Amino acid sequence: MTTKPGYEQVLDGSDTQVARFETRHTLLKRVQHILHNNPTFVPVIVLILSLAVFWIIAGGRFFSAFNLSLIMQQVSIIGILAAAQSLIIITAGIDLSVAAIMILMSVIMGNLAVHMGVPAPIAIIVGCAGGMLAGAMNGLLITKIKLPPFITTLGTWSIFFALNLWLSGAQSIRSQDIDEHAGLLKFFGNAVNIGGARITFGVILMILIFIVLWYMLNKTAWGRHVYAIGDDMEAAEMSGIRTERTLVSVYMLAGLVCAIAGWASIGRVGSISPQSFYEGNLQSITAVVIGGISLFGGRGSIMGALFGALIVGVFQSGLRMAGVDVLWQVFAIGWLIIIAVAIDQWIRRVSA
Amino acid sequence: MKNLMTSSVIALTTMAGAAYADINACLITKTDTNPFFVKMKEGATAAAKENGINLSTFAGKIDGDVESQIAAVETCIASGAKGILITPTDSRALTPVISQARDAGALVIALDTPFEPANVADATFATDNFKAGVLIGEWAAAKLGDEAANAKIALLDLNASEISVDYLRNNGFLQGFGIDIKDPTDIGDEDDPRIVGNDVTNGNEEGGRTAMENLMQIDPEINVVYTINEPAAAGAYEALKSVGRENDVMIVSVDGGCPGVQNISEGVIGATSMQFPLLMASLGIDAIKTWAETGAKPRNTEGLDFYNTGVELITDEPIDGIPSLTSAEGLGKCWG
Repeated sequence: MTTKPGYEQVLDGSDTQVARFETRHTLLKRVQHILHNNPTFVPVIVLILSLAVFWIIAGGRFFSAFNLSLIMQQVSIIGILAAAQSLIIITAGIDLSVAAIMILMSVIMGNLAVHMGVPAPIAIIVGCAGGMLAGAMNGLLITKIKLPPFITTLGTWSIFFALNLWLSGAQSIRSQDIDEHAGLLKFFGNAVNIGGARITFGVILMILIFIVLWYMLNKTAWGRHVYAIGDDMEAAEMSGIRTERTLVSVYMLAGLVCAIAGWASIGRVGSISPQSFYEGNLQSITAVVIGGISLFGGRGSIMGALFGALIVGVFQSGLRMAGVDVLWQVFAIGWLIIIAVAIDQWIRRVSA
Repeated sequence: MKNLMTSSVIALTTMAGAAYADINACLITKTDTNPFFVKMKEGATAAAKENGINLSTFAGKIDGDVESQIAAVETCIASGAKGILITPTDSRALTPVISQARDAGALVIALDTPFEPANVADATFATDNFKAGVLIGEWAAAKLGDEAANAKIALLDLNASEISVDYLRNNGFLQGFGIDIKDPTDIGDEDDPRIVGNDVTNGNEEGGRTAMENLMQIDPEINVVYTINEPAAAGAYEALKSVGRENDVMIVSVDGGCPGVQNISEGVIGATSMQFPLLMASLGIDAIKTWAETGAKPRNTEGLDFYNTGVELITDEPIDGIPSLTSAEGLGKCWG
């Protein structure tokens, strides 16, 4: 240490930092921070807690392997729709037409394969292509005509639903007729039994779709672009991301996933029913929101939507087995949504 | 502006009155996509043609679309319709506009769904939904014989709102089966130990399957299943099939749609009560003609506050003492 002139010696005891921020590391702040970095923590904890609570309330039959696998079956279709919905919501968009695309494509597959004698694989391919086309329509209206996603998909929801009623004549295609003409349409209704659990191919499909989409979103450049667009569209644009193209691709991929959900729904429901899943749009958004994916875009893991769908399924099954009236199930799901969004808002306020 | 509209309405009305003795009538359905209403429209159109009546048809966009129906009634009043046939999408909300129509001199007949109170309209032509339930209940009990005392019953209803058609069919079935229904307008207040539980289906296959799965989780030995309609029944059957119990369980239903009747012949559904939308509409047109010509209004069926358009039990396993039609006969009469 060099000797200082006498007039500087008074500084010796003083603070040498340039600037400093007050950070009080309270427990709550630390929790907020952890949750900010790991958005799927909340739904996982809620899922485990709700399983435990309903095990106590509804008893061992609730927690049996069969019932748990049944919950998976019951949420599989909404789960796949929620995967498609997550893709859109991560871009800060919303898609009200997911269930309408799904039903429309299942009706197209059924009409072709059962009524018109087209080989089932071709009918399925046409249905999947139709799903991508429907998604492309959403995407192009949003990017080229600059319509807000909410309005666009509110419109296409009605359009796809009307087409569905027109093509189906509002009449179901019966399970027996599907078996006779196009058994492949019911492929995802097949199941493997492991112990007491009954795992349908539809459940396996749901999990596979989540894994593939998780990989695409997290491990590919395309996926990082999708998050960047959702976080800040202009910044993404300026950093060289072809935002419009990426957005259209997201809507097309979501449309394809919806069409696959349509195929899987035939296995789940047994028949092709134009009146089923009328609330599927909103149920998929519910799963996404409860899964901790931010409606403001750019944040949240797609796996959250899987847990969100499972939480809804666990609540419905548990409340039903505890003998609670249907309207209270609806009531409980409503509170789940509000609490989930409140937690999301709180986490968003975290200081970096 | 209002004055202008009123005067043009009057002009329209007088014009309609002046042109020969033409009778204008309207048919307003809940939607024009449900096969039930499609059949109703067919019946009305055919009967109108036969009787030389000018029929205009209207429909809501979806179930519950009150605004479209109100607009349709207003259009009918403006066109000087002698009669209005309507399936009210909301039993209460349409009351004021229906009064206007009657004041303007139209005969208003509710089809399928009664108004609350029923006398808002001049008459109601509908299925006796309670009777429809009773028929399948009696059939199920007779089919089981002595085993009916040990039955395990699942009740697959419509939705949480518990509207009239929902409780009438559900409670009719229970009464027919021989169970004390307590409050006839309430679902789920029964305490008979044979009832495993109620769940809702939204009247479609997906809901029927999920509801059946849920109730089987409460008691896997369910052997009698009541369903609100045939799509729900088809869904319940799929749930039973997935656990290999489709042959041990009896499913009964209500409606008489063609896919449902086909499911009777294939053994998916044991029995169903068929209703007759086409008849409701054609009888309605006849009533309008009679009223326009003689001023006589239709009367209710004795003991009911509506005119019963009939209900038939369809089954391929008939029981002595309960009149029924076979599925082959049913296919000739089904709707949709």
